[in-house]
Amino acid sequence: MDFEFSDEQRAIRDTARELLAERRAGEGLWPELVELGWAGIGIAEENGGQGLGLVELAILAEQLGHACAETPFLGTALAALAIEAGGDAAQRERCLPALAAGERGGALTLAGRRELIPDAAAGEILVVADADGGTGELYLEAPIEPTEAIDPRRRHGLLRPDAAAGDPLPGGVAAALDRARVVVAAEILGLCRRALEETVAYVKERRQFGVPVGSFQAVKHAAAQMLRDTEMAAVATYYAAWSADFDAPSLPAAAAIAKAAAADAGRAVTAAAIQLHGGIGFTWEADVHWLFKRAQVDAAYLGGAASQRARLARLTTA
Amino acid sequence: MDLTFTAAEEQFRQELRTWLAANPPGPEPRGDEDAHYAWRRDWQRMLHAGGWTGVDWPLEYGGRGASLTESAIFFEELGHARAPLPANALGLLLGGPTLMSWGSEEQKERFLAPILSAEEIWCQGFSEPEAGSDLAAIKTRAVRGGDGWVISGQKVWTSTAQYAKWCMLVARTDPESTRHKGLTYFLLDMEQEGVEVVPLRQITGESEFNELFLDGARVPDAQVVGGVGNGWMVALTTLMNERAGLAFFLQVQLRQQLDRLVEAARANGAAEEPLTRDRLADLHLRTELLRLMAWRGLGTIERYGQPGPEGSLTKWLWSETNQMLVQTAVDVVGAEALTAGSPWSFALLRARGNSIEGGTTEILKNVVSERILGLPRHS
Ligand SMILES: Cc1cc2nc3c(=O)[nH]c(=O)nc-3n(C[C@H](O)[C@H](O)[C@H](O)COP(=O)(O)OP(=O)(O)OC[C@H]3O[C@@H](n4cnc5c(N)ncnc54)[C@H](O)[C@@H]3O)c2cc1C
Repeated sequence: MDFEFSDEQRAIRDTARELLAERRAGEGLWPELVELGWAGIGIAEENGGQGLGLVELAILAEQLGHACAETPFLGTALAALAIEAGGDAAQRERCLPALAAGERGGALTLAGRRELIPDAAAGEILVVADADGGTGELYLEAPIEPTEAIDPRRRHGLLRPDAAAGDPLPGGVAAALDRARVVVAAEILGLCRRALEETVAYVKERRQFGVPVGSFQAVKHAAAQMLRDTEMAAVATYYAAWSADFDAPSLPAAAAIAKAAAADAGRAVTAAAIQLHGGIGFTWEADVHWLFKRAQVDAAYLGGAASQRARLARLTTA
Repeated sequence: MDLTFTAAEEQFRQELRTWLAANPPGPEPRGDEDAHYAWRRDWQRMLHAGGWTGVDWPLEYGGRGASLTESAIFFEELGHARAPLPANALGLLLGGPTLMSWGSEEQKERFLAPILSAEEIWCQGFSEPEAGSDLAAIKTRAVRGGDGWVISGQKVWTSTAQYAKWCMLVARTDPESTRHKGLTYFLLDMEQEGVEVVPLRQITGESEFNELFLDGARVPDAQVVGGVGNGWMVALTTLMNERAGLAFFLQVQLRQQLDRLVEAARANGAAEEPLTRDRLADLHLRTELLRLMAWRGLGTIERYGQPGPEGSLTKWLWSETNQMLVQTAVDVVGAEALTAGSPWSFALLRARGNSIEGGTTEILKNVVSERILGLPRHS
């Protein structure tokens, strides 16, 4: 068993990290990512993408989470996962090359639940997945009411309650939904890693009582807890991503574990980051509040920790 | 032990309830911070006109001359009526009690009445960029000049400074001193040259707190509180009142939030889920215990004249419980609780400050372990 990334996977991670570190502001970032082929990293080559696996997609999502990037990457990637899995040839042809080329936006949501959908925009592509039945519906013109979330660096929307039925995705989307949850978990993992980095750097610098606040045991223990939560999310996420590519039967439980661990970690770690920054952490100027806000939306998205644990309980006690 | 109220206290509660029912605050303005503050200021004026500010303050300073218990009942009822905290909360709960403990007769006569009427708003200028948890590291300097002091330095996180007439300011009067010694407590007139207030934007998008730049600001001798060099002791009084004084209002506010959450859970069926029921019941239990702890804390104030370190325990429990409540609300209420500008999302974000403002939870735990349990101090 080896959790080390391959050279190619490391290259994706490092390129993404470098590029995103340079492009904090977000301006023009998306076209650049599209140029690099990342909008379609997980889409099959015959559908205009790069044909890479879920591990690679997760690596990229983690880096975009780490940067708390202002791109429609997540929605694009998740819609593509669902359409690739469930769409017929015409649906795939219609949507996937356009998503991979960044020409159209995409989004994914669960049926029967009023949730804030990241990157959802009226008129773009939308998949509504039924979590229980594993069926999905495709909208080429998403019936979305734009809604501003607490995370203003990303567009959000709600599925309009009066939306007519979409076109069925005949192939079903159960596994795609699991994959989507892994990608969300990976994004949360990136948020956690960033929150931890910012915090560790800050508590080493910030002095009170004549010493760095990081020398106080209360602060050390809180930072250690942040790391533990983050590492739990990390192993869970990459195990699930690997399962998706190489051991499909393990995916449902692994995806539930990943989303649950990441959702809990995302909330706790980003809140701790604010706490350990003191008053600065509560300001708009400090970066940590962006991480908290995105983690809150992601934690709830496609089913929060409690619903994932409930699912896990069904899978493991059946 | 007697956990009942006297007939007089019950009568006080009844009278107040009747008054509150007949005099509701106007409709709450949304989305405009200044309008919101003005609304709370108007509300305090109404309370004042009805004789309901400074319930436990002596009659001679414009108070009602009632007991501490009645003051606690006042805050409880304010909460039950879903009325806001009066605008001059820092003056009422921190500044006034500090002056009554340490101020000269002249100071009490000059400053207390306008606190009650909301004519003069107060703010608290303690924290500095280099002195947060470590308040004794204050660098703001006060030097002799004319018939008083000339003050230069920087304060930060100063809530309501933008509306304030007076600032409870702690500055270093002995340049040779370090730490707790050589600090002095001043009442600084905010309306003068040499005082600049710069708003700071918060996680919520609002700017409740500010940076305060002091450059040659003047304070006459008559506005030194508790004597030159005694600032640390006076500041501690303010801090203990901050941690304990708000306890009643905050626990009632928590109760109201919880009621709203339970309502939401009933309406959308979440109240039927065992997990949610467990969380809601736990919140109920904590809220109820906070209420009892707040009442028990009153006894301490009555016996020793000021709140004790137990206030740290209550404030710690309150902030943690409020944060649990708003996080539970995200799970119960759903999308609306994460939608920009909704009352629930505001509460979610604002609650992050609860474990930082008025002493961080880490500091409160140090206070509890060292001052209550007598454990050795960190060197
Ligand atoms: C909403 C809000 C309103 C405020 N209003 C006011 C106001 O009106 N007036 C005013 O003067 N101040 C105000 N404050 C400031 C507040 O009192 C300080 O933010 C607080 O005391 C913490 O100081 P700091 O921000 O410098 O954090 P720091 O002291 O730098 O703390 C950073 C981290 O280190 C931890 N830490 C520090 N020392 C120790 C220790 N010895 N042991 C363990 N952990 C430690 C802290 O708990 C925190 O997690 C306000 C703050 C907020 C958030």
